[in-house]
Amino acid sequence: MYPKDLRYSSEHEWARSEGDRVRVGITKFAADRLTDVVFVELPAPGTKVQYMQPFGVVESVKAVSDLYAPVTGTVVEVNTTLKETPEVVNTDPYGKGWMILVQPDNPKEMDQLMPVDKYLAVIGEKA
Amino acid sequence: MSLRSRGRDFPLIFELSVPERVGSSYPSPDVPLRPLDELIPARQLREEAAALPEVSEPDVVRHYTRLSHRNFSIDEGFYPLGSCTMKYNPKVHEDVAGLPGFARLHPYAPVEHAQGALQLIWELEHLLAEIGGMDRVTVHPAAGAHGELTGLLMIRAYFHARGEARTKVIVPDSAHGTNPATASMAGYQVVTVKSDARGNLDVDALRAVMDRSVAAIMLTNPNTLGLFEERIQDVERIIHGGGGQMYLDGANLNAVLGVARAGDQGFDVMHMNLHKTFTTPHGGGGPGACAVGVKAHLAPFLPVPTVERVGERFVLDYDRRQSIGKLRAFYGNFGNLVRAYAYIRTMGADGLRQVAESAVLNANYLLALLRGAFDLPYDRICKHEFVLSGLRQKQQSGVTTKDMAKRLLDYGFHAPTIYFPLIVEEAIMIEPTETESKRTMDEFADAMLAIAREAQDRSEVVKTAPHTTPVQRLDEVRAARHPDLRWSPR
Repeated sequence: MYPKDLRYSSEHEWARSEGDRVRVGITKFAADRLTDVVFVELPAPGTKVQYMQPFGVVESVKAVSDLYAPVTGTVVEVNTTLKETPEVVNTDPYGKGWMILVQPDNPKEMDQLMPVDKYLAVIGEKA
Repeated sequence: MSLRSRGRDFPLIFELSVPERVGSSYPSPDVPLRPLDELIPARQLREEAAALPEVSEPDVVRHYTRLSHRNFSIDEGFYPLGSCTMKYNPKVHEDVAGLPGFARLHPYAPVEHAQGALQLIWELEHLLAEIGGMDRVTVHPAAGAHGELTGLLMIRAYFHARGEARTKVIVPDSAHGTNPATASMAGYQVVTVKSDARGNLDVDALRAVMDRSVAAIMLTNPNTLGLFEERIQDVERIIHGGGGQMYLDGANLNAVLGVARAGDQGFDVMHMNLHKTFTTPHGGGGPGACAVGVKAHLAPFLPVPTVERVGERFVLDYDRRQSIGKLRAFYGNFGNLVRAYAYIRTMGADGLRQVAESAVLNANYLLALLRGAFDLPYDRICKHEFVLSGLRQKQQSGVTTKDMAKRLLDYGFHAPTIYFPLIVEEAIMIEPTETESKRTMDEFADAMLAIAREAQDRSEVVKTAPHTTPVQRLDEVRAARHPDLRWSPR
């Protein structure tokens, strides 16, 4: 439920290194807490995002939450399929439910994010 | 498409339409007719007639009366919607608001012809200033969130006048969603501060984020957990120490009416929801009505026009150079100002204090009845409302708070506020208000306890509730993902 190859933010985003880029989404924990996601608002490609500053909004029937950028950089690609099928954030948070692909200014920033064991401790779940 | 009501289907008003059918027939006019295109520019005229329903008067009356039977209102039953203060609205207010001198007064009537209305606004503002411990009040805002925006725009204008560029507003994680939305709308960056284990704003976390870039804190007291902010004096010292302003979200004023005043706690601005605390209709019966109170240093920024007393006359003052300007057409939702005024005058100071005392007593009574059957994450003496959690039921039988809220409808009660505040998982937020009798609260508690038992013994009946309402469980996820908001003819 929480892949080992990802890094995690305290606001429940995951970040995956893909070459020199970073793919970003929200964790299973966040998706479960939100319940059925009905809308995801994402920035346009080319937008600058800042480490742990809001880059978008995720909305469920229960709550609306800000999305926080796990790295500083430039958005190079956005998951446009979420417009029609936001439910994949719930069903496949680490796959089809990804949100943005970022060209980071400083790839080392990823080191500030948590490895899986630390994140599991934060959310109080066992590995 | 058709609507099912009280077990019977009935068509939409559009489906009742018969070409050329009319509700009433007018006599021929005794003045010369002029063609429409002589009176209105051609580009503003429709090319084809609007597809309005063509129906008779009884069609209209029956249709909307039937629809109204599907509604649930405070006149029909208990409405424990936390943070909304759904108290009973005394009917005498309708008499007062319906007096022709108020009800038929034209908003463009000259000031000399509207002295009574202006006097009422002036007196109401002064009564509310006394209640809130504020120096001046405006009653222009249309409802609570509009009041918040009014307050923050005044704070912004205040700092602008002082030449200070402050960019942030602090909001607790227990805040109403309108608070961060308002701050953002007023051009501020929102800084969230967490609550501590007792349900108070975490003062250490507050201290860590407070600096000269912070314009204000928006605080609800008692907060959305129904708990009084025990460290309000520390909060005040930290915020004012850094030159910030204190904004009180007055949504929970009912808990402290006549007992504690925001102004005395150090708040510089507050809003009061007349439609909650002062019994004007809301929850579908609105419109809302809101008053915003300020301390003297913010008074120059009040919206125009203000009502001023000059000798024995009342005037509208537009000549206020530092004003944030006009908020909306005219002077607030006037009919509801009349109702709020009538309420304050009929209750009197002692009566208003008793409102708060009874509201708090009622909430604690209900909490005592329910606490064994549900989780209670913040276990303190509550004020006018309290927040339970349905986590136990969810873990034991998969019955969620939403299921239990839906099931309450079968028992004849409006559901409480659920999934708010966000810091309580599976939150159930209950506010009985002072207008409910012990008997009603006992019946409600019996229903809640019965549902807790059902969650254990026959969870399916809860998971599929409601069963007795005109429409059953709605697919809110599909409605949100694929909204279909327009009727079109088949």
